[in-house]
Amino acid sequence: MSEFKQTFNSSLGKKLIMALTGLFLCTFIIVHLGGNLLLFSNDNGYGFNLYANFLTHFPPIEVVAYILYVAIIVHALYALILTVKNRRARPVGYAVVNKSPASWSSKNMGLLGSILFFFLVVHMSDFWYKYKFTNDVAFKEYRTDLATNQTTESDYTPVSPTFEHSATVENNVEIVRVKDIHAKVAHSFSNIWYVILYVVAMGALSFHLLHGFQSAFRTLGWVHRKYTPIVEFIGTWLFAVIIPLGFAAMPVVYYFMSLSK
Amino acid sequence: MNLTLKVWRQKNAQTAGKFVTYQAEGISPDMSFLEMLDVVNESLILKNDEPIHFDHDCREGICGMCSLYINGHPHGPKRAITTCQLHMRTFHDGQTITIEPWRAAPFPVIKDLAVDRSAFDRIQQAGGYVSVNTGGVPDANEILIPKVIADEAFNSATCIGCGACVAACKNASAMLFVSAKVSQFALLPQGQPERYSRAQSMVAQMDAEGFGNCTNTGACEAECPKEISLTNISRMNNDYLSAKLFREEHAHENNG
Repeated sequence: MSEFKQTFNSSLGKKLIMALTGLFLCTFIIVHLGGNLLLFSNDNGYGFNLYANFLTHFPPIEVVAYILYVAIIVHALYALILTVKNRRARPVGYAVVNKSPASWSSKNMGLLGSILFFFLVVHMSDFWYKYKFTNDVAFKEYRTDLATNQTTESDYTPVSPTFEHSATVENNVEIVRVKDIHAKVAHSFSNIWYVILYVVAMGALSFHLLHGFQSAFRTLGWVHRKYTPIVEFIGTWLFAVIIPLGFAAMPVVYYFMSLSK
Repeated sequence: MNLTLKVWRQKNAQTAGKFVTYQAEGISPDMSFLEMLDVVNESLILKNDEPIHFDHDCREGICGMCSLYINGHPHGPKRAITTCQLHMRTFHDGQTITIEPWRAAPFPVIKDLAVDRSAFDRIQQAGGYVSVNTGGVPDANEILIPKVIADEAFNSATCIGCGACVAACKNASAMLFVSAKVSQFALLPQGQPERYSRAQSMVAQMDAEGFGNCTNTGACEAECPKEISLTNISRMNNDYLSAKLFREEHAHENNG
């Protein structure tokens, strides 16, 4: 066991932990974006609310979710430890700022990560915490006529405070009652400050992953003449462009939708 | 050429240092940077001042002794050269040049611009060698090595251990140096017997010396006078992690 401890306490071991947790978080945001695209389906939140309910009530996903929270904390904690060690490695700084050509994002991972961490605290306390641990989120009832596939929705006030979700079929009408997180999202995203925070955070995510994704592969030692350009392509276009743009589009679109209401 | 120099002066590792401004007058554009400092020192000696202490030896870019962090660049603003190969024509008349020593905790200042780089020697001694049989001289080319592999190993072996990578790195990490020293052997058949123990012991020594951690910014690669590539770092990471996590370092322990 002490050999493992020694491995993970070495500089390369700590970087390995950063790389692995970072890549795990990268895979998470793909899924998160995919699911959240339901926000763009024009069904008054039916799909999105059911998806949110599934995420919070399907045990395997709940287990993975807690692994995810641990990964975020470990990634941030090790970043802090490594930064402190790096600062200690140069107690006296230079009078002239280093002009070596290195990408801006690679030199500001700590700043970008701090923005993201602040964003995550706001994001999770606003949606995740309120959804899971409070009764602040209202309920909605969706009635779908299975014959015509027409859905109508109405507010629903649960009789018991512990009520979470129900799905029943009566006379060819499917009745689904779920927490209306969609309304909460729409409400949050009608606030311009929220929208600004989200867009700035997604900008930070873009630059963080522009360096982080390919850097993780370098840390793992997976560099190859043929495959490294592919990793860099994915890191740039998928993780630094498509994903942050997809996420940033949500608050922006909802903000403009709230204006037209 | 007339130049204004802001030079870091520090008596020894114990005392605090400060910048002192000097005028360098009548400098020929064809002088090397070190020759320019020689001229300045000459004038300081004539004024009964202490000359500026700086490291130098071969003055042809192969020994790795000269250093100097010049205007925000280790070995000055030009690529792929050492300070002794830097000519004053790189600068313009009347320019102010700030000269600082390498800044890193494992490189304490000895005096003025000279730092103690023996941390590199200790890393090298920890594993930067190969075992060879004594006896008769072996035939040349007895062991076949593909040209590309030999070239790559020789590229890594061009590292002169000057420490510019540490000086350039925002984290004062020595990864480019250590990885070049690991790679030059790890690529060749002669380096295989100690390949995995070498990576482990050299990284352990690097950590013990107190260098920072690598964030793959690539500043080291850009400032390296010998253009050692960042690929070396990944190659060492691969060797180190596979040694630590997947390989058995010792034969089975004797339980009998």
